[in-house]
Amino acid sequence: MDNKEEVKKIAIIVSKNSLEDVYAGLVMANGAVMEGIETIMFFTFFGLDAITKKSMNNLKVGNPEAFIAKMPPMDGPMPENLGDFVTEQIKNQFEEMDFAPVDEFLEMINAGGGKIYACRLAADMFRLTEEDFCDELDGIISVGEMYEMAGRAQMVFI
Amino acid sequence: MSVLKVNDKEIQVTDEGYLENFADWDKDVANVLAKEEEIEELTQGHWHIIETLQKIYQEKGALPALRRLAKESGVKTKELYDLFPKKPLKKVAKIAGLPKPTGCG
Repeated sequence: MDNKEEVKKIAIIVSKNSLEDVYAGLVMANGAVMEGIETIMFFTFFGLDAITKKSMNNLKVGNPEAFIAKMPPMDGPMPENLGDFVTEQIKNQFEEMDFAPVDEFLEMINAGGGKIYACRLAADMFRLTEEDFCDELDGIISVGEMYEMAGRAQMVFI
Repeated sequence: MSVLKVNDKEIQVTDEGYLENFADWDKDVANVLAKEEEIEELTQGHWHIIETLQKIYQEKGALPALRRLAKESGVKTKELYDLFPKKPLKKVAKIAGLPKPTGCG
């Protein structure tokens, strides 16, 4: 595509911890990295769960009913814990489509040169330190530092 | 549609430089395409990735995600970016004579 206005730099801010929101951020970030676009991810508030070692691979679907509505009709009664059931289904589907689990996704973004930051305010609030976060973390930074780093980047907020 | 000249052959490529017909592909074509992507010389490491992608495409009839290419080739994602800087999947696909990747991963 001959597009002189192509995106050169992008900052993706993830503030939520549902599987669907986090994957939206990861897929867009990795897609940007794969296009050679300079990419920054900034995780804040509940989004920190996606880069916290203890929780990153245990994220749950936030809106299971919306997924059920899009799935083929099921035989038998609804599973007791709809959230867990749908989460499992979606994770399997991601795997089939070759989308990595969260930890591996972050590894891929890091491997391509994408930067991964945690929000200082949110980390302090939830009493999280560098040891709690994934190895790919590039730092815990303030909002001001994030804006400095982003410069003229396009910004996406999830 | 554009034309790529390799030795004395004229090869049909898309406006973005992907081969129109895989039948036109050979190692000389790959070398010319690599230079267009600012890869001066295709090393053994490059060829391994190119051949792996061709094999997957032949088997599945579609291009894989970058993650699958890393797995099938046994080469880490980081090394794929080192070998084919900035746009690894697009660059390998082009040099391998395959269509432009249209997936999201």
